[in-house]
Amino acid sequence: MIRLEKRPQPSRAWSMATPLVAVLATMIAGGLLFAILGKDPVEAIRTIFWEPLFGEFAFYYRPQLLIKGGPLVLIAIGLSLGFRAGIWNIGAEGQYIMGALFGAGMGLAFYPHEAWYIFPLMVLAGAFGGWLWAMIPALLKVRFGTNEILVSLMLVYVAEQFLASMSLGLLKNPEGFGFPGSRNLQQYESAHNADLIAGSGMHWGVVAALIAVIFAYVLLNRHMLGYQIRLTGEAPRAARFAGVKPARLILFCLGASGMLAGLAGMFEVSGPSGQVSIDFNVGYGFTAIIVAFLGRLHPVGIMLAGGLMALTYIGGDIAQSNMGLPSAAIQVFQGMLLFFLLAFDLLTNFRLRLGKPEVA
Amino acid sequence: MTVPLLSLQGLTKAYPGVVANDQVSFDIGEGEVHALLGENGAGKSTLVKMIYGLVKPDSGQMLLRGAPFAPAEPRAARADGIAMVFQHFSLFDALNVAENIALGMENPPAMRDLASRIREVSETYGLPLDPYRTVGDLSAGERQRVEIIRCLLQDPKLLIMDEPTSVLTPQEVEILFETLQKLRSEGTSILYISHKLEEIRKLCDHATILRLGKNVGECTPAETSARDMAEMMVGTALKTPTRSDRIMGNVALDISGLSVPSPSAFGTSLKNIHLSLRKGEILGIGGVAGNGQDELLAVLSGETLSAPDAVKLHGQPIGRLGPVARRRLGLLSAPEERLGHAAAPDMSLTENAMLTAAVRENLVNRGFLNWPAAKAFAKRVISTFDVRTPGPENAARSLSGGNLQKFVIGREVLQRPEVLVVNQPTWGVDASAAAAIRQSLLDLAAGGTALLCISQDLDELMEISDSFAALNEGRLSTPRAASGLTVDEIGLMMGGAHGMEVAHV
Repeated sequence: MIRLEKRPQPSRAWSMATPLVAVLATMIAGGLLFAILGKDPVEAIRTIFWEPLFGEFAFYYRPQLLIKGGPLVLIAIGLSLGFRAGIWNIGAEGQYIMGALFGAGMGLAFYPHEAWYIFPLMVLAGAFGGWLWAMIPALLKVRFGTNEILVSLMLVYVAEQFLASMSLGLLKNPEGFGFPGSRNLQQYESAHNADLIAGSGMHWGVVAALIAVIFAYVLLNRHMLGYQIRLTGEAPRAARFAGVKPARLILFCLGASGMLAGLAGMFEVSGPSGQVSIDFNVGYGFTAIIVAFLGRLHPVGIMLAGGLMALTYIGGDIAQSNMGLPSAAIQVFQGMLLFFLLAFDLLTNFRLRLGKPEVA
Repeated sequence: MTVPLLSLQGLTKAYPGVVANDQVSFDIGEGEVHALLGENGAGKSTLVKMIYGLVKPDSGQMLLRGAPFAPAEPRAARADGIAMVFQHFSLFDALNVAENIALGMENPPAMRDLASRIREVSETYGLPLDPYRTVGDLSAGERQRVEIIRCLLQDPKLLIMDEPTSVLTPQEVEILFETLQKLRSEGTSILYISHKLEEIRKLCDHATILRLGKNVGECTPAETSARDMAEMMVGTALKTPTRSDRIMGNVALDISGLSVPSPSAFGTSLKNIHLSLRKGEILGIGGVAGNGQDELLAVLSGETLSAPDAVKLHGQPIGRLGPVARRRLGLLSAPEERLGHAAAPDMSLTENAMLTAAVRENLVNRGFLNWPAAKAFAKRVISTFDVRTPGPENAARSLSGGNLQKFVIGREVLQRPEVLVVNQPTWGVDASAAAAIRQSLLDLAAGGTALLCISQDLDELMEISDSFAALNEGRLSTPRAASGLTVDEIGLMMGGAHGMEVAHV
């Protein structure tokens, strides 16, 4: 019989190793899955992990990695702050939409006026939009003790209705021949979040994500507020004893994660996406939850996890079109990654023992 | 000699990294009150868990009236006539006595029949108890009665009692002892686990002493001095903390008319508490667990806020200040629960040093943490208080209870408090660590710190306090000078027998 035995303290080595072991296990199990589907498993794994980075068309896929990874990392960093403290913002998707609407709205309000200050104002508006949307669950939780998981999640669907209403009404392109959707911000120079180096995929959102990683790292490791966040997550009663004010922490964590999600939405609408449309959001806010956990809620881990996630998305797309793998198989593959990560995570706090089972 | 009721032969049980019981053998005779004596961690609990079928021995065997006995689970042990009253009660506050007892039975009879059986048993053994009272309204002594009656309904041959007096006032202990003596006279054997030597001397016929999992001696308690038993238990000569004469200064902490409603339904409200504490004074606060100890500590640490004037430090009202502001003013505290309250289990000792020492040890500069300084402070606590750990980077939960307690107390003591409040400073700590902690508290008071020591260990309070008061249902008795107080007087301050009917034996 295999038994689990609690370690006297968490293993640092395993905590670093589990993501790698999980990726390896996913490759093996995924390979088996692809083999059962009748595809060459080595080729499939190579297509997913190698092709986007070093394949023949890597010049096209590499920028895509940044474009997809940027918002994921930016949102996941914000979420990880709350998750560390046991404050569960599940509604980043909604905050992402509101950030995009506020940002785009600010830009379009100036149309067709060109000025240097328009883009910075859009950044502020986007951050404000996401923050505002996250403040709803935050204030309700602080004031009435509501569950932030439910409130933030339900507000995603409210935000989606707002998005549809804006695409069809207030923000609709007057010169769009009646089609839903706003003007294309890529064609409005002052509002366009263009690549900083043409064709690199490196837009302001990616820069913001990198800044957020550094900021979160310093906050969590060097600052009192970060210490209080970690302490609250580890031992809420000890946190109160240490003098942490729970309400302040809730407002900060939800506010910060909403703000970053709003920024991600704003950079997306003014850059890669270009316009507000009914199907503008593609689930970055939800995927970012996976990214946050895949990165072990650690800023650097999240950066790597965001890259990995973007890789499996793009690689998965290539495998679908080149090898005819069903899209469901790719989703199973991504699911496996999270599954193995959580499963191996057990080894951080427990070790395996071979031995007889024990009563009680 | 007749066949003993239960004979343990070479019982051994090892857990990873520790041998909890090593070749333990002894006999419990019919109608005998047998004491199992030992420090925390000596292996008493593991041993009785084996008898009760909760844990399986690695080797060795048990004989029940000469027949091999190896219960696979508590149900089997109960079927063979073994019953156990645990130290921590497993009762539901919101249900009444009969419902609670029915929950623990395999085939509960109809509630009316059960109630009449409860009445019957409780009268036979002199444990008056109304089966329809809600458990939440009962005192600790009465709750223990519920557990005892639950056992007696099975008509046990052997009753195991784990530290039964730790939740009782001296008067309630008297009542319990009468019941136990009645049980003995009817032929029931009792295995009595405790580390309180005087009560073992009074009650028990025979004692087995465990140290580090081994049977290190047996004795007849009535003929052995408490000191000899203690030294067998600890293995070395005990060092009694020394107190020097202290000069009491001005009033440091002043509590007047403090009333705080309980935050939860079955918590305790603090009611009109008055006390004043002078510099250099140690005020011991006794009382049975759950009479407002945790609530009093929370009000002083700043976790619970009160009316501003109810708590004054050096004359300054601090009732509305939070924990950080109070620490800045020099009011420090160490709660009872080490893991999860006084310390974060998975965080390192350095991070746990930051937990309370951030302000007073200047570990923060404009919100940024000075980790090297925190580590140095943690190291200082570790070396000054002889905390056994490889280093400050180890997680709090990797330390033994006694070592973590030394760290938690040391962390506050080294911050030079003006007033220090501690709750159960030596709970679950081995005797030598407990002596070290008490000595450090005495030294701190000698240096002019005012100390408030909340504890359920009356011996401890008598050893270190200058004055004594007791909490009972959220009320604090008037503090009195500790020297010259008799056990009876202390018991009355703790609420006497809580109006519990005396056993009619």
